[in-house]
Amino acid sequence: MSTSTDASAGRRAWVGRLLPLGLVVLLACLPLLDLNLPGVLPGPTYTPGTLHLLALAMVMAALALSYHLLLGVAGLLSFGHALYFGFGAYLLGIVMTELELALVPSVVVVLLAGAVFSTLLGAISLRVTGIPFAMVTLAFAQAGSVLVRRDPGRVTGGEEGMRLPTEHVPDALVGVADTRNLYWLALAALVLAFGLTTWVQRSRAGHVAEAVRENELRVRVLGMRPFLVKLAIFVAASVIAIGMGMVHLLLNSGAVPHIVSAEFTISLLLMVVIGGVGSRWGAVGGAVLYVLLNQRLTVLAQAEWVHDLPAVLRIPLSEPMFILGTLFVLVVMFLPGGLAGTVTRLRGRRRSGGGPEEGAARLEEMDDDEQDQTVGAARP
Amino acid sequence: MSTVVLLLFTGVGLGAIYFLVASGLSLIYGLMHVLNFAHGVFLSLGAFLGFEVASRLGASTWTGFAASLLVGALAGAVFAALTERVLVQRLYERHIEQVLVTVGLGLGAVALFDGIWGTDPRFISGPAWMSRTTHILGANVPNDRFVAILVATLVLVGMVLFLQRTRYGMIIRAGVENRAMVTALGIDVRTAFTLVFTIGGIAAGLGGVLASHYFGYVSPLLGQTLLIFAFIVTVIGGLGSLTGAAVASLLVALLQQFANYYLWGTGDLAVVVLLAVVLLTRPSGLMGRRA
Repeated sequence: MSTSTDASAGRRAWVGRLLPLGLVVLLACLPLLDLNLPGVLPGPTYTPGTLHLLALAMVMAALALSYHLLLGVAGLLSFGHALYFGFGAYLLGIVMTELELALVPSVVVVLLAGAVFSTLLGAISLRVTGIPFAMVTLAFAQAGSVLVRRDPGRVTGGEEGMRLPTEHVPDALVGVADTRNLYWLALAALVLAFGLTTWVQRSRAGHVAEAVRENELRVRVLGMRPFLVKLAIFVAASVIAIGMGMVHLLLNSGAVPHIVSAEFTISLLLMVVIGGVGSRWGAVGGAVLYVLLNQRLTVLAQAEWVHDLPAVLRIPLSEPMFILGTLFVLVVMFLPGGLAGTVTRLRGRRRSGGGPEEGAARLEEMDDDEQDQTVGAARP
Repeated sequence: MSTVVLLLFTGVGLGAIYFLVASGLSLIYGLMHVLNFAHGVFLSLGAFLGFEVASRLGASTWTGFAASLLVGALAGAVFAALTERVLVQRLYERHIEQVLVTVGLGLGAVALFDGIWGTDPRFISGPAWMSRTTHILGANVPNDRFVAILVATLVLVGMVLFLQRTRYGMIIRAGVENRAMVTALGIDVRTAFTLVFTIGGIAAGLGGVLASHYFGYVSPLLGQTLLIFAFIVTVIGGLGSLTGAAVASLLVALLQQFANYYLWGTGDLAVVVLLAVVLLTRPSGLMGRRA
């Protein structure tokens, strides 16, 4: 992100490369270690409960990265990203049960189907931009959510949710004792998602998408097709989300209708905005913070001392979503740029470089886009 | 025949409730370019407070029902005005952030309502006449439909009169048309912003009380569920258009009712298909400005 060209840039680039590598190695070793982080993790790092929570945080971080492609790179505010996550989770289970395929061929089938599905819906949704796009994606996701809950073909399990068809899954990925394998799978998925996101963002399509976000008219005047570029980013983000949905199915041994709901997409939005719009590390950090905080606040809600408080304090404290919602509002109002923006700003102050408030700037660019909607209603 | 008549009245009644939510959304979007995700919360709060008041004054009396409508409208108005003044206005001209703030508010408020009133739906009843039916052309139409239709019509007429005949209405209409010009003429549009939020809140609060009678229950998620359909209505009708919202409310609600009955309960999907068709043929909605 940094654009400064001082002498320490080379050294920082090395640190920038080694630090993530060290972090991945450390995370990969966690199941073999006995580390305690009281107040953050529910138990020592080798226990299945803690590993499951960490794996969940990593899957959500990967999903937040795919949402970052939409919001941070292409400037598309989607309220229907959960649809693709749920598509991956549910369809993998359905393909395994109904077609009686093994895990790996099923994954390939779901990814191919998902690419077609997201291209189709993306092409319709991208006929509008800005806020109308948000509403359209919301409506599609709502239709998906209704389908999953109503369960017309008796395959999704309705409100009860769907069980993972364990007979088609390798034994190493089933059962509480094998949580560490699932943990490593989630870690691999996160690393893969980070790599893919970086690749897409640095590709030609990524650059053009960023240009479109800043000034769509100008890109069009230069002879490029904003619609196709945005569609490419949309499909890439959706396919990553579908992949993460499949990991989530394995991790939780099933799928529930909540993962297709609008609330689920909104929680992704929370993660990305709290982390800092436009920053990959921000998306990861926001997601990890969200998952851990949500778990901690749920524990807090059941704590003895909270129950003895007067109603004015007890009710807000026993609703994790109330606290997270408030935190989100505060970040939007007083911390433009989220966690990543704050880190950049603090660093900038120390180096007297003065880092730009990336996230806030990005959101404002989207506003402009919205202003010239009169011109910008995409016509492919 | 009797089924068609019943579906027609039920559909128009549901359309009335959609209109009460969508009209505010559409006005707010038209003037401020803000998609108000907290609109469903205004509705739920109106429904809950209306329910509390009615159950204290006697749920089966007309006084109780009238008071619940009044309190619902008031609660919606106050909550909406506060939202605009405290949260939205501080992010002046930063539209995406304004949307995000309303998302956060919606999320937090639903959780708070969960904590106060519980997640389970509260079943409610109104004056005895409302739960009875009227015989029209062979169909037994529940009377609460008529109340919803009447109130929505009054709100529509009131809004149109306000927008056409008053000075503030004129400022709002001018602001929807060209906000920069209104500001350039030295008029402080921020008052108009608070005003459209308040009007939207009143309509949503009324909609909440009526929706709780229509569906027979009130729950923290009532508003959020209706909000999604109201979004669809505003997109189909054309963002910023009051007439569009009214027409699209009826269209969406009728389609939903008829598809639910004749097409094996696919009403919700039919609505989304309608949305896709409208977007493919007229991306700006039925009565949008940039057709």
